[in-house]
Amino acid sequence: MDHAFEFLVRQGDNVLVLGHRLSEWCGQGPVLEEDIALANIALDMIGQTQLWLSYAAEVEGANRTADDLAYLRDAWDFRNVLLVEQPNRDFAVTIMRQFLFDAYHVPYLHALESSKDQRVAEIASKCRKEAIYHLERSSSVIVALGDGTEESHKRMQAALERLWPYTGELFLSDETDDAVAESGLAPVLNDVKARWLQTVQSSLKDAYLQMPDNDFAQIGGKSGIRHSEHLGHMLSTMQVLQRSYPGAQW
Amino acid sequence: MTSTMPNYDSSTPSSGQVWAWLEAVSDPEIPVISVVDLGVVRRVDCNDDGVKIVITPTYSGCPAMATIAHDIETELRRHNLQNITIVTQISPAWTTDWLSDKGKNKLEQYGIAPPQASGRPENCPQCHSSNVQKISQFGSTPCKALWRCNDCLEPFDYFKCI
Ligand SMILES: [Zn+2]
Repeated sequence: MDHAFEFLVRQGDNVLVLGHRLSEWCGQGPVLEEDIALANIALDMIGQTQLWLSYAAEVEGANRTADDLAYLRDAWDFRNVLLVEQPNRDFAVTIMRQFLFDAYHVPYLHALESSKDQRVAEIASKCRKEAIYHLERSSSVIVALGDGTEESHKRMQAALERLWPYTGELFLSDETDDAVAESGLAPVLNDVKARWLQTVQSSLKDAYLQMPDNDFAQIGGKSGIRHSEHLGHMLSTMQVLQRSYPGAQW
Repeated sequence: MTSTMPNYDSSTPSSGQVWAWLEAVSDPEIPVISVVDLGVVRRVDCNDDGVKIVITPTYSGCPAMATIAHDIETELRRHNLQNITIVTQISPAWTTDWLSDKGKNKLEQYGIAPPQASGRPENCPQCHSSNVQKISQFGSTPCKALWRCNDCLEPFDYFKCI
Protein backbone atom coordinates (compact mmCIF):
# COMPACT_ATOMS: atom_id res chain seq x y z
CA MET A 1 0.00 0.00 0.00
CA ASP A 2 1.23 3.48 -0.87
CA HIS A 3 0.80 5.29 2.43
CA ALA A 4 1.28 8.77 0.96
CA PHE A 5 -1.52 8.25 -1.56
CA GLU A 6 -3.72 6.70 1.11
CA PHE A 7 -3.09 9.65 3.42
CA LEU A 8 -3.88 12.24 0.71
CA VAL A 9 -7.10 10.47 -0.27
CA ARG A 10 -8.18 10.46 3.39
CA GLN A 11 -7.73 14.22 3.57
CA GLY A 12 -9.59 14.77 0.32
CA ASP A 13 -12.43 12.37 1.12
CA ASN A 14 -13.11 13.90 4.54
CA VAL A 15 -13.76 17.32 3.04
CA LEU A 16 -15.46 15.96 -0.07
CA VAL A 17 -18.00 13.92 1.87
CA LEU A 18 -18.63 16.57 4.51
CA GLY A 19 -18.81 19.28 1.85
CA HIS A 20 -21.39 17.26 -0.06
CA ARG A 21 -23.43 16.63 3.10
CA LEU A 22 -23.52 20.38 3.78
CA SER A 23 -24.53 21.11 0.21
CA GLU A 24 -27.62 18.93 0.77
CA TRP A 25 -28.97 21.80 2.88
CA CYS A 26 -28.81 24.23 -0.01
CA GLY A 27 -32.26 25.77 -0.41
CA GLN A 28 -33.52 24.04 2.75
CA GLY A 29 -31.80 25.88 5.60
CA PRO A 30 -33.91 26.86 8.62
CA VAL A 31 -33.29 30.54 7.83
CA LEU A 32 -31.72 32.21 4.81
CA GLU A 33 -28.49 33.15 6.64
CA GLU A 34 -27.90 29.56 7.74
CA ASP A 35 -28.62 28.28 4.26
CA ILE A 36 -26.00 30.65 2.84
CA ALA A 37 -23.50 29.84 5.59
CA LEU A 38 -23.78 26.07 5.05
CA ALA A 39 -23.45 26.48 1.28
CA ASN A 40 -20.35 28.65 1.76
CA ILE A 41 -18.68 26.14 4.07
CA ALA A 42 -19.55 23.39 1.59
CA LEU A 43 -17.89 25.44 -1.15
CA ASP A 44 -14.71 25.90 0.90
CA MET A 45 -14.59 22.15 1.53
CA ILE A 46 -15.11 21.19 -2.10
CA GLY A 47 -12.29 23.62 -2.95
CA GLN A 48 -10.07 21.94 -0.38
CA THR A 49 -10.99 18.57 -1.89
CA GLN A 50 -9.67 19.75 -5.23
CA LEU A 51 -6.29 20.56 -3.63
CA TRP A 52 -5.95 17.21 -1.83
CA LEU A 53 -7.29 14.90 -4.51
CA SER A 54 -5.29 16.60 -7.28
CA TYR A 55 -2.14 15.92 -5.31
CA ALA A 56 -3.28 12.37 -4.53
CA ALA A 57 -3.82 11.73 -8.24
CA GLU A 58 -0.34 13.07 -9.04
CA VAL A 59 1.28 10.92 -6.36
CA GLU A 60 -0.58 7.86 -7.59
CA GLY A 61 0.66 8.46 -11.15
CA ALA A 62 -2.06 6.26 -12.65
CA ASN A 63 -3.45 8.87 -15.01
CA ARG A 64 -6.43 9.60 -12.82
CA THR A 65 -7.62 13.14 -12.03
CA ALA A 66 -9.19 14.63 -8.91
CA ASP A 67 -12.55 14.34 -10.67
CA ASP A 68 -11.97 10.65 -11.40
CA LEU A 69 -11.22 10.03 -7.74
CA ALA A 70 -14.30 11.96 -6.60
CA TYR A 71 -16.83 10.65 -9.09
CA LEU A 72 -15.69 7.23 -10.22
CA ARG A 73 -14.78 5.40 -7.03
CA ASP A 74 -17.21 3.19 -5.16
CA ALA A 75 -17.97 3.41 -1.46
CA TRP A 76 -15.35 0.84 -0.43
CA ASP A 77 -12.62 2.94 -2.03
CA PHE A 78 -13.55 6.04 -0.03
CA ARG A 79 -11.28 6.83 2.91
CA ASN A 80 -13.25 9.41 4.89
CA VAL A 81 -13.93 8.94 8.59
CA LEU A 82 -17.41 7.69 9.50
CA LEU A 83 -18.28 10.96 11.25
CA VAL A 84 -18.50 13.01 8.05
CA GLU A 85 -20.74 10.57 6.16
CA GLN A 86 -23.42 10.57 8.88
CA PRO A 87 -26.65 11.97 7.45
CA ASN A 88 -27.77 15.52 8.20
CA ARG A 89 -30.96 14.55 10.08
CA ASP A 90 -31.91 17.80 11.84
CA PHE A 91 -30.00 21.07 12.10
CA ALA A 92 -28.66 20.04 15.53
CA VAL A 93 -26.95 16.94 14.11
CA THR A 94 -25.60 18.91 11.13
CA ILE A 95 -24.06 21.64 13.25
CA MET A 96 -22.77 19.25 15.96
CA ARG A 97 -21.11 17.08 13.29
CA GLN A 98 -19.54 20.25 11.87
CA PHE A 99 -18.29 21.39 15.26
CA LEU A 100 -16.78 18.00 16.16
CA PHE A 101 -14.99 17.93 12.80
CA ASP A 102 -13.88 21.60 12.79
CA ALA A 103 -12.43 21.20 16.30
CA TYR A 104 -10.26 18.39 14.89
CA HIS A 105 -9.59 20.00 11.49
CA VAL A 106 -7.98 23.19 12.81
CA PRO A 107 -5.25 21.62 15.02
CA TYR A 108 -4.71 18.78 12.53
CA LEU A 109 -4.11 21.22 9.64
CA HIS A 110 -1.92 23.31 11.91
CA ALA A 111 0.28 20.29 12.55
CA LEU A 112 0.31 19.47 8.83
CA GLU A 113 1.79 22.89 8.14
CA SER A 114 5.02 21.43 9.51
CA SER A 115 4.84 18.42 7.20
CA LYS A 116 8.08 17.31 5.61
CA ASP A 117 6.25 17.41 2.29
CA GLN A 118 6.14 21.04 1.18
CA ARG A 119 3.05 20.60 -0.96
CA VAL A 120 1.15 19.12 2.00
CA ALA A 121 2.29 22.02 4.18
CA GLU A 122 1.10 24.55 1.58
CA ILE A 123 -2.31 22.95 1.16
CA ALA A 124 -2.74 22.71 4.94
CA SER A 125 -1.87 26.35 5.36
CA LYS A 126 -4.47 27.42 2.80
CA CYS A 127 -7.14 25.16 4.30
CA ARG A 128 -6.48 26.12 7.91
CA LYS A 129 -7.38 29.76 7.30
CA GLU A 130 -10.81 28.60 6.17
CA ALA A 131 -11.14 25.97 8.90
CA ILE A 132 -10.51 28.55 11.64
CA TYR A 133 -13.42 30.58 10.30
CA HIS A 134 -15.62 27.48 10.19
CA LEU A 135 -14.76 26.61 13.79
CA GLU A 136 -15.49 30.14 14.98
CA ARG A 137 -18.95 29.82 13.58
CA SER A 138 -19.78 26.21 14.51
CA SER A 139 -18.60 26.69 18.09
CA SER A 140 -20.69 29.84 18.50
CA VAL A 141 -23.79 28.12 17.09
CA ILE A 142 -23.22 25.16 19.47
CA VAL A 143 -23.27 27.56 22.39
CA ALA A 144 -26.27 29.52 21.10
CA LEU A 145 -28.35 26.35 20.66
CA GLY A 146 -27.08 24.41 23.68
CA ASP A 147 -27.79 27.44 25.85
CA GLY A 148 -30.95 28.31 23.89
CA THR A 149 -34.48 27.01 24.41
CA GLU A 150 -35.43 23.77 26.13
CA GLU A 151 -36.08 22.20 22.72
CA SER A 152 -32.80 23.36 21.15
CA HIS A 153 -30.85 22.16 24.20
CA LYS A 154 -32.52 18.75 24.08
CA ARG A 155 -31.75 18.34 20.38
CA MET A 156 -28.13 19.42 20.76
CA GLN A 157 -27.57 16.96 23.60
CA ALA A 158 -29.17 14.19 21.54
CA ALA A 159 -27.01 15.10 18.53
CA LEU A 160 -23.88 15.00 20.65
CA GLU A 161 -24.72 11.55 22.01
CA ARG A 162 -25.59 10.23 18.56
CA LEU A 163 -22.32 11.45 17.00
CA TRP A 164 -19.93 10.87 19.88
CA PRO A 165 -19.09 7.22 18.98
CA TYR A 166 -17.87 8.49 15.58
CA THR A 167 -15.26 10.85 17.02
CA GLY A 168 -12.89 8.14 18.23
CA GLU A 169 -11.89 7.13 14.71
CA LEU A 170 -10.31 10.55 14.15
CA PHE A 171 -7.58 9.69 16.65
CA LEU A 172 -7.17 5.92 16.50
CA SER A 173 -3.96 5.28 14.59
CA ASP A 174 -3.78 2.53 12.04
CA GLU A 175 -0.93 1.34 9.83
CA THR A 176 -1.20 4.30 7.45
CA ASP A 177 -1.35 6.85 10.27
CA ASP A 178 1.74 5.29 11.86
CA ALA A 179 3.62 5.22 8.56
CA VAL A 180 2.95 8.86 7.67
CA ALA A 181 3.74 10.01 11.20
CA GLU A 182 6.97 8.02 11.03
CA SER A 183 7.98 9.59 7.70
CA GLY A 184 7.20 13.13 8.89
CA LEU A 185 4.34 13.59 6.45
CA ALA A 186 1.69 13.98 9.16
CA PRO A 187 1.47 14.41 12.93
CA VAL A 188 0.96 11.74 15.57
CA LEU A 189 -2.82 11.63 16.03
CA ASN A 190 -2.66 11.43 19.78
CA ASP A 191 -0.94 14.83 19.86
CA VAL A 192 -3.86 16.36 17.95
CA LYS A 193 -6.39 14.71 20.24
CA ALA A 194 -5.36 16.77 23.26
CA ARG A 195 -6.06 20.01 21.40
CA TRP A 196 -9.35 18.69 20.04
CA LEU A 197 -10.48 17.66 23.50
CA GLN A 198 -9.62 21.06 24.91
CA THR A 199 -11.78 22.86 22.32
CA VAL A 200 -14.63 20.38 22.69
CA GLN A 201 -14.66 20.49 26.48
CA SER A 202 -14.60 24.26 26.60
CA SER A 203 -17.35 24.80 24.01
CA LEU A 204 -19.60 22.10 25.46
CA LYS A 205 -19.23 23.66 28.89
CA ASP A 206 -20.28 27.07 27.52
CA ALA A 207 -23.19 25.36 25.77
CA TYR A 208 -24.33 23.56 28.96
CA LEU A 209 -24.00 20.26 27.13
CA GLN A 210 -22.84 17.08 28.83
CA MET A 211 -19.86 15.38 27.22
CA PRO A 212 -20.54 11.62 27.00
CA ASP A 213 -18.10 9.58 29.08
CA ASN A 214 -18.33 6.59 26.77
CA ASP A 215 -15.22 6.11 24.65
CA PHE A 216 -16.57 3.32 22.45
CA ALA A 217 -15.50 4.13 18.87
CA GLN A 218 -17.09 3.08 15.58
CA ILE A 219 -14.28 2.52 13.10
CA GLY A 220 -13.82 1.38 9.51
CA GLY A 221 -14.30 4.60 7.52
CA LYS A 222 -10.75 5.78 6.92
CA SER A 223 -9.59 2.23 6.22
CA GLY A 224 -12.57 1.73 3.89
CA ILE A 225 -13.36 -1.59 5.53
CA ARG A 226 -16.75 -0.74 6.96
CA HIS A 227 -18.47 2.44 5.80
CA SER A 228 -22.01 2.97 7.01
CA GLU A 229 -24.82 2.34 4.54
CA HIS A 230 -25.33 6.10 4.34
CA LEU A 231 -22.23 6.65 2.20
CA GLY A 232 -23.48 4.56 -0.72
CA HIS A 233 -26.75 6.48 -0.83
CA MET A 234 -24.88 9.76 -0.74
CA LEU A 235 -22.55 8.72 -3.57
CA SER A 236 -25.46 7.60 -5.74
CA THR A 237 -26.61 11.23 -5.75
CA MET A 238 -23.18 12.84 -5.84
CA GLN A 239 -21.89 10.69 -8.69
CA VAL A 240 -25.04 10.32 -10.77
CA LEU A 241 -23.99 12.71 -13.51
CA GLN A 242 -20.59 11.12 -14.21
CA ARG A 243 -22.06 7.62 -13.89
CA SER A 244 -24.90 8.37 -16.31
CA TYR A 245 -22.90 10.48 -18.78
CA PRO A 246 -19.28 9.30 -18.45
CA GLY A 247 -16.80 12.08 -19.23
CA ALA A 248 -19.46 14.81 -19.23
CA GLN A 249 -17.94 18.28 -18.89
CA TRP A 250 -19.40 21.70 -18.19
CA MET B 1 7.10 41.23 -9.56
CA THR B 2 9.93 40.27 -11.84
CA SER B 3 11.29 42.75 -14.31
CA THR B 4 13.14 41.63 -17.34
CA MET B 5 15.83 43.39 -19.32
CA PRO B 6 14.56 46.25 -21.47
CA ASN B 7 13.23 44.59 -24.54
CA TYR B 8 12.71 46.64 -27.66
CA ASP B 9 10.98 43.93 -29.59
CA SER B 10 7.43 45.26 -29.84
CA SER B 11 6.04 41.74 -29.49
CA THR B 12 7.23 41.40 -25.89
CA PRO B 13 5.94 44.06 -23.50
CA SER B 14 7.55 44.89 -20.17
CA SER B 15 6.09 43.32 -17.06
CA GLY B 16 5.16 46.84 -15.91
CA GLN B 17 3.09 47.23 -19.03
CA VAL B 18 1.36 43.92 -18.39
CA TRP B 19 0.57 44.91 -14.78
CA ALA B 20 -1.00 48.10 -16.13
CA TRP B 21 -3.11 46.14 -18.61
CA LEU B 22 -4.28 43.80 -15.87
CA GLU B 23 -5.74 46.80 -14.01
CA ALA B 24 -8.51 46.62 -16.60
CA VAL B 25 -9.50 43.07 -15.59
CA SER B 26 -12.19 43.33 -12.95
CA ASP B 27 -13.14 40.79 -10.34
CA PRO B 28 -16.14 38.89 -11.76
CA GLU B 29 -18.05 39.07 -8.48
CA ILE B 30 -17.08 42.60 -7.39
CA PRO B 31 -16.68 44.41 -10.72
CA VAL B 32 -15.53 47.72 -9.18
CA ILE B 33 -12.13 46.33 -8.23
CA SER B 34 -9.50 44.84 -10.47
CA VAL B 35 -7.81 41.48 -10.00
CA VAL B 36 -4.64 43.47 -9.26
CA ASP B 37 -6.34 45.50 -6.48
CA LEU B 38 -7.73 42.26 -5.06
CA GLY B 39 -4.20 40.83 -4.77
CA VAL B 40 -5.08 37.81 -6.87
CA VAL B 41 -2.31 38.50 -9.41
CA ARG B 42 0.94 37.57 -7.67
CA ARG B 43 3.54 37.74 -10.39
CA VAL B 44 4.13 38.69 -14.00
CA ASP B 45 7.08 37.29 -15.94
CA CYS B 46 7.82 38.48 -19.45
CA ASN B 47 10.45 37.04 -21.73
CA ASP B 48 10.94 36.13 -25.35
CA ASP B 49 8.86 32.99 -24.92
CA GLY B 50 5.82 34.94 -23.80
CA VAL B 51 4.12 36.06 -20.63
CA LYS B 52 3.53 34.06 -17.49
CA ILE B 53 0.96 35.25 -14.97
CA VAL B 54 0.75 33.71 -11.50
CA ILE B 55 -2.61 33.98 -9.76
CA THR B 56 -3.82 32.78 -6.36
CA PRO B 57 -7.37 32.01 -5.18
CA THR B 58 -8.94 34.10 -2.40
CA TYR B 59 -10.69 30.98 -1.05
CA SER B 60 -9.82 27.44 -2.12
CA GLY B 61 -13.31 26.92 -3.52
CA CYS B 62 -13.58 30.35 -5.13
CA PRO B 63 -15.74 29.70 -8.20
CA ALA B 64 -14.45 32.86 -9.88
CA MET B 65 -10.92 31.54 -10.52
CA ALA B 66 -11.69 30.01 -13.92
CA THR B 67 -13.40 33.20 -15.02
CA ILE B 68 -10.50 35.32 -13.74
CA ALA B 69 -7.97 33.24 -15.71
CA HIS B 70 -10.17 33.47 -18.79
CA ASP B 71 -10.64 37.24 -18.43
CA ILE B 72 -6.90 37.81 -17.99
CA GLU B 73 -6.16 35.86 -21.13
CA THR B 74 -8.85 37.72 -23.10
CA GLU B 75 -7.50 41.10 -21.97
CA LEU B 76 -3.91 40.22 -22.88
CA ARG B 77 -4.95 38.89 -26.26
CA ARG B 78 -6.60 42.24 -26.92
CA HIS B 79 -3.07 43.68 -26.67
CA ASN B 80 -1.85 41.11 -29.20
CA LEU B 81 0.00 38.90 -26.75
CA GLN B 82 0.26 35.33 -28.02
CA ASN B 83 2.02 33.03 -25.61
CA ILE B 84 0.18 33.45 -22.36
CA THR B 85 0.59 31.01 -19.50
CA ILE B 86 -1.55 31.33 -16.39
CA VAL B 87 -0.44 29.41 -13.34
CA THR B 88 -2.42 29.03 -10.11
CA GLN B 89 -0.43 28.86 -6.91
CA ILE B 90 -1.78 28.52 -3.36
CA SER B 91 1.28 29.40 -1.33
CA PRO B 92 1.68 31.80 0.32
CA ALA B 93 -2.05 31.75 1.00
CA TRP B 94 -4.01 34.81 -0.06
CA THR B 95 -4.68 37.33 2.69
CA THR B 96 -6.82 40.45 2.83
CA ASP B 97 -3.54 42.32 3.52
CA TRP B 98 -2.94 42.07 -0.24
CA LEU B 99 -6.00 44.14 -1.02
CA SER B 100 -4.69 47.51 -2.18
CA ASP B 101 -5.74 50.78 -0.50
CA LYS B 102 -7.22 51.82 -3.80
CA GLY B 103 -9.19 48.57 -3.80
CA LYS B 104 -10.42 49.15 -0.25
CA ASN B 105 -11.67 52.64 -1.13
CA LYS B 106 -13.47 51.33 -4.17
CA LEU B 107 -15.12 48.59 -2.14
CA GLU B 108 -16.44 51.13 0.35
CA GLN B 109 -17.78 53.41 -2.39
CA TYR B 110 -19.49 50.38 -3.90
CA GLY B 111 -21.22 49.62 -0.58
CA ILE B 112 -18.98 46.83 0.73
CA ALA B 113 -17.25 47.53 4.04
CA PRO B 114 -13.52 46.81 3.62
CA PRO B 115 -11.78 44.25 5.87
CA GLN B 116 -10.50 45.41 9.25
CA ALA B 117 -7.90 43.76 11.45
CA SER B 118 -10.39 43.99 14.32
CA GLY B 119 -12.57 41.48 12.45
CA ARG B 120 -15.55 43.83 12.19
CA PRO B 121 -16.46 46.70 9.87
CA GLU B 122 -15.52 50.16 11.09
CA ASN B 123 -18.73 51.74 9.86
CA CYS B 124 -21.75 51.43 7.61
CA PRO B 125 -20.70 52.07 3.99
CA GLN B 126 -24.01 53.90 3.37
CA CYS B 127 -24.34 56.40 6.24
CA HIS B 128 -20.96 55.85 8.01
CA SER B 129 -22.55 55.14 11.37
CA SER B 130 -20.42 52.91 13.58
CA ASN B 131 -23.53 51.40 15.13
CA VAL B 132 -23.43 48.15 13.16
CA GLN B 133 -24.37 44.57 13.90
CA LYS B 134 -23.43 41.18 12.48
CA ILE B 135 -26.22 39.20 10.80
CA SER B 136 -24.18 36.26 9.53
CA GLN B 137 -20.52 35.25 9.27
CA PHE B 138 -21.21 34.30 5.66
CA GLY B 139 -22.63 36.37 2.82
CA SER B 140 -23.28 36.41 -0.89
CA THR B 141 -19.80 35.15 -1.86
CA PRO B 142 -17.09 33.22 0.05
CA CYS B 143 -15.17 36.42 0.77
CA LYS B 144 -18.00 38.34 2.43
CA ALA B 145 -20.06 38.39 5.64
CA LEU B 146 -23.45 40.02 6.17
CA TRP B 147 -23.88 42.99 8.52
CA ARG B 148 -26.59 45.54 9.24
CA CYS B 149 -26.54 49.21 10.15
CA ASN B 150 -28.67 50.00 13.21
CA ASP B 151 -29.04 53.67 12.21
CA CYS B 152 -30.00 53.65 8.53
CA LEU B 153 -31.22 50.03 8.89
CA GLU B 154 -29.59 48.96 5.61
CA PRO B 155 -27.94 45.54 5.42
CA PHE B 156 -24.47 45.53 3.85
CA ASP B 157 -21.68 43.18 2.86
CA TYR B 158 -18.45 43.16 4.85
CA PHE B 159 -15.29 41.83 3.23
CA LYS B 160 -14.07 39.08 5.61
CA CYS B 161 -10.60 39.54 7.04
CA ILE B 162 -8.37 36.47 6.58
ZN1 LIG C 1 -26.01 53.05 7.84
